Amino acid sequence: MSEQIPVYTAAAPPVPSPAELRARIPGWGVDLDPADRPAYPRERPEETGAHWQLPERQPETSPRERSVEHEMLPPVFGTTAPLHGLSGAVRRLSYRRCSEARAAHWLLLIAADRVDAVESHLRSLATARPDNPVTETGVRTELTQGGLAARRDSSRSDPRHRWSDPFIVAGPWVLGGAAAVLGLRRLVRGRRR
Amino acid sequence: MRAMVYRGPYKVRVEEKDVPAIEHPNDAIVRVALAAICGSDLHLYHGMMPDTRVGTTFGHEFIGVVEQVGPSVERLKVGDRVMVPFNISCGSCYFCSRGLLSNCHNVNPNATAVGGIYAYSHTCGGYDGGQAEYVRVPFADVGPTLIPDWMDDEDAVLLTDAVATGYFGAQLGDIGEGDTVVVLGAGPVGLFAARSAWFMGAARVVVVDQLEYRLEKARTFAYAETVNFAEVDDVVVQLKRTTSGLGADVVIDAVGAEADGNLIQHVTGAKLKLQGGSPVALNWAIDGVRKGGHRLGHGGLRPDLQRREVRRRREQGADPADEPGTCQATVAAALRARAGRLPHAERHRHLRVPLEHIADGYHIFSAKLDDCIKVLVEPGEG
Repeated sequence: MSEQIPVYTAAAPPVPSPAELRARIPGWGVDLDPADRPAYPRERPEETGAHWQLPERQPETSPRERSVEHEMLPPVFGTTAPLHGLSGAVRRLSYRRCSEARAAHWLLLIAADRVDAVESHLRSLATARPDNPVTETGVRTELTQGGLAARRDSSRSDPRHRWSDPFIVAGPWVLGGAAAVLGLRRLVRGRRR
Repeated sequence: MRAMVYRGPYKVRVEEKDVPAIEHPNDAIVRVALAAICGSDLHLYHGMMPDTRVGTTFGHEFIGVVEQVGPSVERLKVGDRVMVPFNISCGSCYFCSRGLLSNCHNVNPNATAVGGIYAYSHTCGGYDGGQAEYVRVPFADVGPTLIPDWMDDEDAVLLTDAVATGYFGAQLGDIGEGDTVVVLGAGPVGLFAARSAWFMGAARVVVVDQLEYRLEKARTFAYAETVNFAEVDDVVVQLKRTTSGLGADVVIDAVGAEADGNLIQHVTGAKLKLQGGSPVALNWAIDGVRKGGHRLGHGGLRPDLQRREVRRRREQGADPADEPGTCQATVAAALRARAGRLPHAERHRHLRVPLEHIADGYHIFSAKLDDCIKVLVEPGEG
């Protein structure tokens, strides 16, 4: 056995020489010097283009939710998709009650996202343009862009557990529907008695 | 105007929306020339990012032409061709004044853990994005960069995130001459990180993924050695063997939030949304790096359950750097592109879709059809 076993002795694993790398890899070593790299050193002041100490405040035209960790509403914020409906109430609760360190904060927001999707879907049914699961999911591209080949001729591992999707996706709906039917039946039977 | 609109997990469509208005004196309105779908847009599309609201227009990678400027804007004028970094930054808060522009404290009411990002859920500020005809660009004097005449649109749009984030990931890895660098994930960011690692003096670059067409790109574009994790018994053992038992000097985890490598991950992450990001890849990174090496979490972890794991590991000294991408590198990356250091867009395989067909683009990218690595979106004339 060699006396120079990497790791178990001071020897390092063998690697190609800089000359070899420079010849083979375009641009090898051009940023070798850390000082030549952008944002070096870290946390240094730089000219940003700001010509204010504190930016002017964007008008708050409707109440804007904010993290409990913020001392005040930051001067600038996005205004798309304001809170509304049941999902808005859940989100408001999350922002008012929970700091960002609590899993409850994030899980409430995720739950509100699901409620929002259902609310929006139901609302769309009352419009001239209801959600279209075919065009909005782009699923037709499975036929036009080689969906089968992408999975059959590939080493990718995800097709191996795709069999579980119908159970995971449809399962809650089936169980929820069954519970609703059973509940309704019990209610009707109770009234008949 | 026409804009992509999120309708719920796996559903998007194009709707008519109001053209955005100047809401702050330093706002600009940009007419979008070209946008891209980022791998992290898929986190939103799959419903994995908390507080992703129906009605939001996605798109944090876009370039365009300045259509209107607010009264306090000094650096831009109508007609300027600009690339807009994905971060929104005021340029003057505690963080911005120390160069941490991606952590701006003045642009995101919804969280203090992260700054503002275009269209990256309300967790990142609740802004609409650039997969539309027009977009509101806050702090026009700080973020947008003029696109040089010699740069084409496709290169410019990649500089707004994918190239800069990949480069910055390599930089955060503190790569030194002679280092062995492992990149987990061969998406656009992983590929650019692998390519950038050579600039900083890496002696070996190894890319790990399961999609053969992406590994092929890692070999031809990033000059990397590759490991197909679906074809080896244990990735960490494989990495240790190829480094004489030492482990890599630097491991960059560039795996997205929708990692889908095993059944448990698929059910709890991709389907039930209880976690984002791959604990498997996280553990490969932690165990694949040599003792005292650098591990960088550059992939999409969601800020709930997994963050606890990251924090726990960091407390144990396993995580010297876990930082999000930043726009800081954009300008420097543009200059490097000119010098031939950074790759040009034509060397990638990009699918171009008109805005009207954006739902198709999302599905192709999400399902990894047609060997797609990146999708570009053309707002067009409507």
